[in-house]
Amino acid sequence: MNDVHLITITVNGRPSEVAVEARRTLADVLRHDLGYTGTHVGCEHGICGACTVILDGEPVRSCLIFGVQADDATVETVEGLAGDDGLDALQESFSEQHALQCGFCTPGFLMLATALLRANPEPTDDEIRDAVASNLCRCTGYQPILAAVRQAADRAASPDTAGSEGNGWGVWEPHVDVPREAEQPGGQ
Amino acid sequence: MTGGVEARAPAGERRWIGRSLSRVEDHRHLTGGGSFVDDIAIPGLLHLAFARSPHAAARIEAIDAEEARATPGVEAVLTAEDLSALQRFVPMLNRPDFVPVETPLLARDRVRHVGEPVALVVASTPHAAEDGAERVRVTYERTDAVASIDAALAEGSPAVHDDAPDNLLLDAVFKDDPEIDGVLDGAALVVEATFRSSRVTAVPMEARACLAEWDGRTERCRLHSSTQVPHIVRTSVAGLLGLPEHRLRVIAPDVGGGFGQKCVVAREEVLTCIAAQAVGRPVKWVADRQENLVADFQGHEQRYEVRAGFTEEGVLLALDAQVLTDVGAYSNHPFTCGVEPLMAAAELLGPYTVRHYRCRTRAVATHKTPMAPYRGVARPQLVLVMEGLMQRAARRLGIEQSEVRARNLIPDDAFPYTTAAGLRIDRGSYGESLARCVDALDLDAFRERQAAARREGRLLGLGLSCFGERTGYGTEAFEQRKMAMTPGYDIAQLALDPTGGITLSVGTASHGQSHETTLAQIAAEALGVHPTVIDVRQGDTDQSPYGWGTFASRSMVVSGGATRKASLRLADRLKHLASHLLEAAPEDLELRDGAVVVRGSPSHSVTLADIGRIAYLEIHRLPAGEEPGVEARATFDPPGTFSNATHGCIVEIDPDTGAVAFDRYVVVEDCGVMINPMVVEGQVRGGVAQGIAAALYERVVYSDDGQPLTTSLMDYLVPTASEIPPVEILHLETPSEHSETGAKGMGEGGTMGAPACVVSAVNDALAHLDIELDGLPILPEQVLTAIQRARA
Amino acid sequence: MKPATFEYHRVGTVGEAVERLGELGEDAKLLAGGQSLVPMMNFRLARPPALVDISRVAELRYLTREGDTLRIGALTSHLAIERMDAPELLDGFSFLKEAAHWVGHYPIRTRGTFGGSVAHADPAAEWCLLAVLLDAEIVARGPGGERTIAAADFLLGFLTNALDPDEVLVEVRFPRPASRAALHEYARRRGDFAIVAAAVAVDVEEDTCRSARIVIGGVDDVPVRIGEAEAALAGSRLEAEAIEEAAQAAARAVDPASDIHGSAEYRRHLTAVLVTRALGEARGSEDGARSKNGAG
Repeated sequence: MNDVHLITITVNGRPSEVAVEARRTLADVLRHDLGYTGTHVGCEHGICGACTVILDGEPVRSCLIFGVQADDATVETVEGLAGDDGLDALQESFSEQHALQCGFCTPGFLMLATALLRANPEPTDDEIRDAVASNLCRCTGYQPILAAVRQAADRAASPDTAGSEGNGWGVWEPHVDVPREAEQPGGQ
Repeated sequence: MTGGVEARAPAGERRWIGRSLSRVEDHRHLTGGGSFVDDIAIPGLLHLAFARSPHAAARIEAIDAEEARATPGVEAVLTAEDLSALQRFVPMLNRPDFVPVETPLLARDRVRHVGEPVALVVASTPHAAEDGAERVRVTYERTDAVASIDAALAEGSPAVHDDAPDNLLLDAVFKDDPEIDGVLDGAALVVEATFRSSRVTAVPMEARACLAEWDGRTERCRLHSSTQVPHIVRTSVAGLLGLPEHRLRVIAPDVGGGFGQKCVVAREEVLTCIAAQAVGRPVKWVADRQENLVADFQGHEQRYEVRAGFTEEGVLLALDAQVLTDVGAYSNHPFTCGVEPLMAAAELLGPYTVRHYRCRTRAVATHKTPMAPYRGVARPQLVLVMEGLMQRAARRLGIEQSEVRARNLIPDDAFPYTTAAGLRIDRGSYGESLARCVDALDLDAFRERQAAARREGRLLGLGLSCFGERTGYGTEAFEQRKMAMTPGYDIAQLALDPTGGITLSVGTASHGQSHETTLAQIAAEALGVHPTVIDVRQGDTDQSPYGWGTFASRSMVVSGGATRKASLRLADRLKHLASHLLEAAPEDLELRDGAVVVRGSPSHSVTLADIGRIAYLEIHRLPAGEEPGVEARATFDPPGTFSNATHGCIVEIDPDTGAVAFDRYVVVEDCGVMINPMVVEGQVRGGVAQGIAAALYERVVYSDDGQPLTTSLMDYLVPTASEIPPVEILHLETPSEHSETGAKGMGEGGTMGAPACVVSAVNDALAHLDIELDGLPILPEQVLTAIQRARA
Repeated sequence: MKPATFEYHRVGTVGEAVERLGELGEDAKLLAGGQSLVPMMNFRLARPPALVDISRVAELRYLTREGDTLRIGALTSHLAIERMDAPELLDGFSFLKEAAHWVGHYPIRTRGTFGGSVAHADPAAEWCLLAVLLDAEIVARGPGGERTIAAADFLLGFLTNALDPDEVLVEVRFPRPASRAALHEYARRRGDFAIVAAAVAVDVEEDTCRSARIVIGGVDDVPVRIGEAEAALAGSRLEAEAIEEAAQAAARAVDPASDIHGSAEYRRHLTAVLVTRALGEARGSEDGARSKNGAG
């Protein structure tokens, strides 16, 4: 018969109790038992990294850990990145650098880069490339992802330079942002 | 008002078109709020897994599903026996040289490739479904497999299909110029060569997934599918199920990449609906990566045997080509296995002015996974052929390779240019893009650097590729394909709501291409509103007008054109309504900043929100007889338009290992008017990455008996950030006369140009050793072996 | 790609693990970092009926130096080796820190363990190569107590080790520093298992090579020491000719198989290339050993 275990797991600060079959991976548990579907599953053998989450402070492939192993653990997923005041610096950089197209691999890259920048707030370009090479993206050609991580790191290092920094990967024209609050349809 | 070239706003006056606006799509994907098929949770959901053939070729003697049915959690097991009442799935081209073959939804008496579905299992969890699938006992009698073009064409080889004893599913002579042999005989230089391209596969990060549910209240089926073509899926699945189409709703939610693999109808889409009906509960199937690599559509496995005649000056006079495409075991629907062979024959000549052309093109059936369109569709291969010929001619004639290309490109005064294959190429910047690329790479300086490096034993090479990218083709072009259905047009519908919000519904289906942003930019431009006012609806057959979906670099031209036309009609309607409210003639009104304004009198205006409220909620304020509502609809069906580009790169080869590393990669591209340059550059970079992947890393490998050997991402080498170089992009802008916005499509160019460019660079690096590599991918081992042989 | 059913047992100590393994029978498997085992289970290539999860056995997570010996607790993560920064650990063992960088990818190194990698016995794995290169001792604990196994005797074949079914690998000991050691790999992509890897260590006194060790991975079921190549270096001054001779000896000595990632002939060639590169680096370095991955 199936081997079911009751576990306690804290996801983005919120503890849950859940009964999991031993063979369900952490990705299964997060997505289908707890509803954190932002974590995606792309290969189930640890190569693509779409399922990367932060487990007890370190980035891991959630497809290579059984959910039962995360008993009493703390997990951070993409759903926990944005704060009350909106997207975090890395998320904003991803958008500005067009570091996502279809969006499927994006949560994995965000969690990977979040962990990198915590462990190494001022990474070299090579260190960023090494880390980003952990995951696969089929849409962007990676260059915008590298640029986004670079930009987020640079902004954290010197917050006054937001948006104006060039970088080693050649960003295109100055970016035009659309303020959502501006120019709404008149006459509400 | 019809829009058209003269109605376009001059570049200087554009408000939204041409700006790198950040994407509407981003927020949900950055916060985990996207909704892909496997993210959808429905009460009572069951899960489906397939039992698939482990053999490339075998007879099915018996299927025993008892143990599978007894597996804990399993609710149902279906085999071909259970599907006998269904229509047969026979992809069709209406041409005499095409052999139609049935794609069994579940294999009946034979299996024809590893991974072919034989039974389906529905269970309470995906895990239990897999438990059941591995307990379906199938007795196979293995038969001989043909797993390559040569094996399939060999005398006496087994036939994949009884209806095609010679294993040819298409055998077409595309053009047969009677003068060509004479021209070739008289040419100063005749180059004979064979170019090969390995089989590759799209590997969208989200593999295919379907969720089907039957709604007892409405007696309708709802199919969520990770597809590029929701309406094609609706028409096809409804047809196979014997349903009127209004009883099937197909929804493509967020789709995690497609690259062509999801622009055809998969057996699994039909079978998931059947399973849901059989068990009376919603059923979900999510392909795992192994299924994606083994059983989902692949492509690009082609061989070109060519003979080309040049003048002493390097002008290409004549091209005689034999194209062979390994199409696998079945045809795809609706494009069929003719898609690569026919594309190859029609477009082989590219942007070069060769006047004598002959091409025989064949689709070869093998016991391998079926082929479908994959980004570029034969064009990465045919660009490889043409650029390989240019490079060979340059080498043999002692002319710089860029110069040979320049002498053969369509000159600027020759547009529109009709190729010897009959294609009409509209204005582009072929010569200029080549010149700019050569400048960007500083060819003369590179030659000095290359010579110096060679003296140190280092191998540097510069590669080029020039090509045109046919995009946005409509009904007229597709009609020539003779498909069972004829794609081409698309429709856009716009509606203003009572609060001033605008909904744009289209039949294309963005899955990474950013249409929610770029189509809104087009509509906003015409309607004088902020793009965030426009809500783009797509991917749901209940909400979108009938449309052909997103493939073949068509959406920005076709759907974008329909969007612009519908927007201009909506603008007319808004002006008409405002003319009552402002007591001004419509021709004195303009749309600006979310309002209709009396020209020259900005204080006289009415907001779109006011118009919306009045048109729906206070219709009594309009003259009697005025229809309520503010809506517009338009169709666009263009003849097609060619983007163009030149790729250039500099590589260094490690003489010890044969590995190829990039020094620079430059793209000079011209896709006409760029709606959103950031998005354009994203498509270029992603396309180049896939092209480099095909040039150096990726290949689907089969054993001689048809066993796939690249069944994981450890063996099928999708490159990472460490392997893909930065891409420098320069833009030229030749507005299209055949699109409403001046835009040309550009979704595939990166993938089309990169393989030839990389091969060109590798060959340039090895030119002094007289090495000419002509296959994809170029593996380090092949480079090394060639170097060793040359030096031996 | 969903694993078959299994029973899950978590243990808190090595003693419990040994006891549980004894109860569950020989098909039960230990689960440490899981970075090799879980993918195989997802593919159903491995289907153990029971897993004993030792990932929380805190007593196995350490890095200590005792005299010349570096002791690595079995559950020490690859990342912990990569982040090793205490001078007393690094002295003579910096090659481990450098090599850690080439073990898989960052999110694999956080979870994967040193002992797990050695026990997995992949013939191209960095730790297996270095263990054989430097005569590491594998400490196993079973119902009868502890025993120590030489690395070369521990790695029995492809993914096969010398542990008894109820034994736990608890420690890997590197008995002496290697100030001139280097690891070079060749793989197509960053982070992939090497197609061929070469690990070398040389003892140099007064510009003369007293002894050399050369181990090649990816060419056999286990990492292989190449005595002929080592002999070619002993007494040399590690001049180019001697290195070339060693490299050619290594290439002659290996007998690799072909697969889709490279033919036997290519692997043989790479063996010579990587031995040359690794020796060139080891010659030039004094405890600054670097490891390189020649991706391409």
